[in-house]
Amino acid sequence: MSLPARVATLLLAFLAVAAVAAFVVIHYFLGGPPTVDYSSGVAADTGATVHVVMQEDPQNTVSTHPDWVSYFIQNPKTHAWVHTTLFKVPAGSKIDMTIYGYDGCTPLRNPVFGEVTGTIGGVEDVDGQPVKSLNSWSGCNVGHTFSIPGIGLNAPMATPSNPNANLCGSSPCTSGPHKTMTFSFMSPRATGEYFWQCRVPCGGGFLDGFGGPMQTIGFMTGNMEVVS
Amino acid sequence: MAASVAEDAQGPGSTGPNHGLRIFLIWLPIAVAADLLLYFVYGPHMPPGQMSNSAQSQQFDIKVMSVLAAPVMAFVLVFMAYSVIVWRHREGDDEDGPAIFGHARIQATWITVTAVIVLFLASFGTYELAWPGFAGAGAGEGPSPIWKPDGAPLQVQVIAQQWRFTYRYPQFGGFETTNLMLPVGEPIQFNVTSLDVIHSFWAYQLGVKADANPGVNNVAYTTARQTGNVTVRCDELCGLWHGAMFDYGKVVSVAAFKTWAQTTEVQLAAITKMLPPYSTTYDPTVVPQMSKAMVKAGLVGGNGYYYPPNDPVQP
Repeated sequence: MSLPARVATLLLAFLAVAAVAAFVVIHYFLGGPPTVDYSSGVAADTGATVHVVMQEDPQNTVSTHPDWVSYFIQNPKTHAWVHTTLFKVPAGSKIDMTIYGYDGCTPLRNPVFGEVTGTIGGVEDVDGQPVKSLNSWSGCNVGHTFSIPGIGLNAPMATPSNPNANLCGSSPCTSGPHKTMTFSFMSPRATGEYFWQCRVPCGGGFLDGFGGPMQTIGFMTGNMEVVS
Repeated sequence: MAASVAEDAQGPGSTGPNHGLRIFLIWLPIAVAADLLLYFVYGPHMPPGQMSNSAQSQQFDIKVMSVLAAPVMAFVLVFMAYSVIVWRHREGDDEDGPAIFGHARIQATWITVTAVIVLFLASFGTYELAWPGFAGAGAGEGPSPIWKPDGAPLQVQVIAQQWRFTYRYPQFGGFETTNLMLPVGEPIQFNVTSLDVIHSFWAYQLGVKADANPGVNNVAYTTARQTGNVTVRCDELCGLWHGAMFDYGKVVSVAAFKTWAQTTEVQLAAITKMLPPYSTTYDPTVVPQMSKAMVKAGLVGGNGYYYPPNDPVQP
């Protein structure tokens, strides 16, 4: 091999390695879904109320995994739906949650998580009606849960009344049959990241129904960042 | 020949001082001091503490093993230091060392000492597992434990699922909670199982660790000796939030435990009705009750199976 050919090969190999390294850094360390900020302009530890709005959809047509179930979070300023599961709230605040449930039902693996826990009053409202639990084994009535184990929060998400109804087919959903869940809880005074998850094994096609979207941030699990 | 062997025993190239005796005299006080410090000074602080009988037995075992290991380690270090200092290469000495041949007394001593240590540890370990007071020393013994404590223990079922432990108390109506509460001074039987992947129930201060396998009841025993908090962690990599799969249990007085259990049984009565009947294992892949709900809803997964047909084969 001639000297120019050897130099060119070496250069190409170097560029290939550099490209792989850059991809790993950008994709795995700098990438990821954005964080929706609900803390802006709200003083921490004052008990001020913050209104967080989310929705859970039967699919995610805005991602590379269109058949994965997914949560979306609403930007508080623009009211645009953001494909993410990361949000930021002030510490020591009252968090009023509104979650629109557009997805159909899947029974909980452990029905104990049909109980509402960690909310103010131990209840959530489903379409305005207060409930303390939903029995996902007795009927088709639970689609997902919104659970933050670090603060003992667990809120089952009810499903549209007619299980055979045509569910919303384009994300983020803006129409179609759905339930509206509202509940409140106090954000912890200790700052930090509190992971949240869905407890329904809704990762169809994966072992135990708990792979894919269930273990991917931006779909059915994420972080609540509590800031001072 | 005999003179040659005796000379070798003193060390390579040695002709004057008795190196073996010198090494022994250096080693002996170091080994004794290390053992005393390990057993009496550091020993009471060794993990996992003394909160339960199994933790206490584990700490004692670690102390005994440390006391046995320290002199061996001290000998290796003393011999190495002695060799470096006394038998180091000197200026102008370019000769090879004398040939080393077998030494029956040293070999017999070496084999005897190591055999005695190993056999002692095997007997000691078996006794520690088998004694009813320790009853398996806090380890998971599988569904049919060989070693059991005396008396009728409190049954606590540990149910692992991604990424939370829940606890079920069959002697109190079978309620299930995320709070682990235990009485002090009473034998406890943990029935550890999983609803999905393999987890591991590790109650650190109690010295209890048992794998949580789906479809298996892994039994572990302990008796708490002190009241206080217990850190529970999953000790088997189980997915994205494995690192966050922990909680804190509490050991309280017997009276406080009974009050808590009876109160919680009443408080959770409505939720308990939603649960499947108490069982040592649960198979979420075949739950007729759930299947009915799914079939009624027009969803796939009939024939008693929980997961849709496109899911991989379940373990």
